[in-house]
Amino acid sequence: MNKRTIITVVGKDTVGIIAKVCTYLADTGVNILDISQTIVSDYFNMMMIVDRSGAQKSFDDMSDELTLLGEQIGVVIKCQREEIFDMMHRI
Amino acid sequence: MINIHEVLETNEMIEKENLDVRTITIGISLLDCIDSDLQKCCEKVYNKITTVAENLVETGEEIEKEYGIPIVNKRVSVTPIALVGGACCKSPEDYVELAKTLDRAAHKVGVNFIGGYSALVSKGMTKADELLIRSIPMALSQTEIVCSSVNLGSTKTGINMDAVRLMGDIIKETAEYTKENDSMGCAKLVVFCNAPDDNPFMAGAFHGVTEADAIINVGVSGPGVVRTALQKVRGESFEVLCETIKKTAFKITRVGQLVAKKASKMLGIPFGIIDLSLAPTPAIGDSVADILCEIGLEYAGAPGTTAALALLNDQVKKGGVMASSYVGGLSGAFIPVSEDQGMINAVEAGALTLEKLEAMTCVCSVGLDMIAIPGDTKATTISGIIADEMAIGMVNQKTTAVRIIPVIGKGVGETVEFGGLLGYAPIMPVNSYGCDAFVNRGGRIPAPIHSFKN
Repeated sequence: MNKRTIITVVGKDTVGIIAKVCTYLADTGVNILDISQTIVSDYFNMMMIVDRSGAQKSFDDMSDELTLLGEQIGVVIKCQREEIFDMMHRI
Repeated sequence: MINIHEVLETNEMIEKENLDVRTITIGISLLDCIDSDLQKCCEKVYNKITTVAENLVETGEEIEKEYGIPIVNKRVSVTPIALVGGACCKSPEDYVELAKTLDRAAHKVGVNFIGGYSALVSKGMTKADELLIRSIPMALSQTEIVCSSVNLGSTKTGINMDAVRLMGDIIKETAEYTKENDSMGCAKLVVFCNAPDDNPFMAGAFHGVTEADAIINVGVSGPGVVRTALQKVRGESFEVLCETIKKTAFKITRVGQLVAKKASKMLGIPFGIIDLSLAPTPAIGDSVADILCEIGLEYAGAPGTTAALALLNDQVKKGGVMASSYVGGLSGAFIPVSEDQGMINAVEAGALTLEKLEAMTCVCSVGLDMIAIPGDTKATTISGIIADEMAIGMVNQKTTAVRIIPVIGKGVGETVEFGGLLGYAPIMPVNSYGCDAFVNRGGRIPAPIHSFKN
């Protein structure tokens, strides 16, 4: 099964957002395949494509913990399986 | 590989434009629950529903979490109960027992609605059909989440005018039985012409006899997404307009297809169809009327509305058909009044009348939906409204429906509050001239000439 997950981070830009998210992922055994970011109307938008095949935590737990981490930094972090984007944007 | 703009576009649709999967509906056949003993029949019905749909809600929530897409409703539809209860129900009260069983089972599995308290009488009524129909007012007042539907006609069979006349009375009676609740019972009761067997939307969902033992049907939604896409092409030609709707419908439907396949796999129940309907909710921005305004109308109901709706409906289908392997149900645009803030605004501004809504139903899926009318409207007048709508469906070989609420104790100028997804509605005036002699003729209207295709 496809283990690729998209993590998005949206919020006001501050120091260390990427560092904190990456540290969490490294600790969880999640491999980052790609990172891109952009600023849309003053908001920091980041997207990570990650591979969860070596992950030590379930999708649910990772998703909840990232949401919590986002709240601490003051940004919104979302985890979604890649399929939804593939379905919508690729024929 | 997916790029950041595509990801942001999808998430924008979900977060700001109300993109959601409106419903995952499990259709369950109850034909194997038939028994000549009412108690045994109820027991079998309860057990079957609570077994087959046991994990529906949980599965829905899991999918929501994995893809970050809201799934608003989880529902169950069952074989028309008139067929299931035929062997054991000797009175309307017996049928009410079955309705209560459905209600209990639905609460047990945690779904929002259960549909299928239905009878299919497009050509004639059996004794069982008639008993079920006569039990509807009691059943809907004594249950909470049971929905009822009656198919009164089809292109192949014509219109059963005896049943149309009876349903006028039944709708009035249902309104009376639930008058403390603003005649809420009528919001759970719909009559059809050409009812589809695989519709996932309430109140008209039932599991047709042509279906498998259990099936997953999914209804997608997203009027807000279409409207936002159209905002970007203001002033452009019809070609650009239509292309934009088509592309957006494709994207919305793909999400539905993904959710349907996933739910089907997780539950071990085959995937039936995706219903491509644009279904509005009372939430601001989640409105089909707003799309019509974006296409260029001051209000829904203004001249040009029928044409705008026709193109919208057609483009939604064209975009959606390619996105899903199986399309069915009603598929098109819904135009309920109370569930759509733009429609409510149009009625309040005097732009939208019952007659214009009737014209609009010629070109969109379904029909006169969630329309509140004065409580003192005569039963024969309601039958007349139903007959008109059934005729549109019969002649145009499409599904049409009537879900109309005569609000007891209220008149034109007042509003009625249904709450939740059902919204609120201003009470609309009804043409006050009589049609008693027409409705009371009895018998049926023959099938139209173009139904003879054999």
